[in-house]
Amino acid sequence: MNTAPALSLHNIQKSFGGIVAVEDLSLELGRGEIVALVGDNGAGKSTIVKIIAGVHQPNSGEIRLGGELVHFIDPSQSQAKGVQVVFQDLALAESQPVYMNLFLGREKTKGWFGKLDRAGMIAETEELMRGLNVRVPSVKSTIRKLSGGQRQAIAIARATHWATNLVLMDEPTAALGITETSKVEEIITGLKARNLAILIVSHSLDQVFRLSDHICVLRRGKQIGVRQTTQTDKNEIVSMITGLKETA
Amino acid sequence: MAVRSRFRRIPAVGQLEPGTYVVYVGFLLIFAAFAILLRGEGFLSASNLLNIVQETTPVTIMAIGMVFVLSAGEIDLSIGSVVAIAALVAALVMRAHSWALGVAAGLGAGRVVGLINGALVAYARLPSFLVTLATMGLLAGVARWMTNLQSVPVIDATFTGLFGSGSLFGIPSLVIWTALAIFLGHYVYRETPFGARVLATGDNPHAARAAGIKVDRLRLTVLILGSTCAAVAGLLYLGRIQGARYTLGETDLLTVIAAAVVGGTRLDGGTGTVPGALVGSLLMGMLNNGLILMGLAVSEQMIVRGFIILVAIVLTLREPRRSS
Repeated sequence: MNTAPALSLHNIQKSFGGIVAVEDLSLELGRGEIVALVGDNGAGKSTIVKIIAGVHQPNSGEIRLGGELVHFIDPSQSQAKGVQVVFQDLALAESQPVYMNLFLGREKTKGWFGKLDRAGMIAETEELMRGLNVRVPSVKSTIRKLSGGQRQAIAIARATHWATNLVLMDEPTAALGITETSKVEEIITGLKARNLAILIVSHSLDQVFRLSDHICVLRRGKQIGVRQTTQTDKNEIVSMITGLKETA
Repeated sequence: MAVRSRFRRIPAVGQLEPGTYVVYVGFLLIFAAFAILLRGEGFLSASNLLNIVQETTPVTIMAIGMVFVLSAGEIDLSIGSVVAIAALVAALVMRAHSWALGVAAGLGAGRVVGLINGALVAYARLPSFLVTLATMGLLAGVARWMTNLQSVPVIDATFTGLFGSGSLFGIPSLVIWTALAIFLGHYVYRETPFGARVLATGDNPHAARAAGIKVDRLRLTVLILGSTCAAVAGLLYLGRIQGARYTLGETDLLTVIAAAVVGGTRLDGGTGTVPGALVGSLLMGMLNNGLILMGLAVSEQMIVRGFIILVAIVLTLREPRRSS
């Protein structure tokens, strides 16, 4: 078994034109670990997620997945290495059924004529939903008929299904109500048992303290520090985010 | 509401969006109305019903292509012009060469147009509405220029048999063409990854791209498919009329779009059905046929037909607003 961290970032630097979005970020994520990325708007959190996913390329620095050095030119390459992203806007096709969204671009087929194996996809989706304790009326219903929480759960389920290394989540509960949020958090916690590394961007410190093992604080593209969640408190994190304290 | 929930329990019907079965009900209603009103005019005679299917074959095939194009979130306005171009090219080639070469040339012309439309849409990132609006006009001009407005006769009996007046085991070839196109179109649309990806792309291109689907190539493929269907329609007109003229297909565009949309295919992509397009197309053909048998003047036919299409579209597209 590979003992290298699922993800390690080393001295990542990224600028757009003259604007530095991320300067010198280093971070390690182990399997079965949840790391939260926090910081004010414009701190560079989403940029980091996009760099890891292969949407953007860093100007300098190293990305390693399971110890292997990687350079992603586009998102399909990171997907091939077992990295999945839950986007803020979920990226679901609303008029299509749940199971089709799960298998989009990777449809199961059977027979000589490449016929869609709907029964197989439905069964696999149902099993996945049961495993993650996600309740939807039917995996055959279209996304449009589902609530925000159910959609989010499906987006997470899809990422989990295809990820073998790492799941990136950008504000997974931003649009949800209280009950739905706690349901989605339950699912995220459940993912740790699947031996995946999870990087989560969140604005809610309460959530970050409920979910994460480590917290990485950014401010204006600078890495302020990484804390073990059990060894810190909200006051310290808030002061790191706002700049009242600046130690690494 | 009670009616709808009863439909839900029948899986085949329940899976359809409300808009998609309106066309079947509408078709039966209009069929029944014509059957009663025109019982003295021979509307129900086997030869008249067969005639309706045969007359609508080119429109049906174009409507199948249009289902794919619309489902992918695009539109192709140039199909009417492609019909004329494909027919003229095929007829001209057949004057000097075999019918098979003529067919290949006609289909090739359709493919080339689709390739141009598709490349401009997929890679130059231009809206298909404007690209195909431009090529529609351009090709209409080319069709007039090609033979200087003259028509080109076709006398090859094999060709006119296959693509027009022939029959196999007593089944008219145009009926076979319709059946074949519907079966193939439905299979690809409903039962293959390609069909699923077309729908997803029209539904949410961002989601499709994030899922690793090559959205640009898919758009190109779909526009080539639509154009090739129009070329097939051109060959079928050529076989039936036994001659090509620049006016072929001129008035088909709106009929094709109406057939697809009335059949339950959304103009903004993501939803559609191939059998619905067949029923939509037959509905249009039946209206034409019935209104002529009623002895209505051309102006009256246009008014009644427009009105019925309007009602059909209102019924088909009236659906609960998207929640988000």
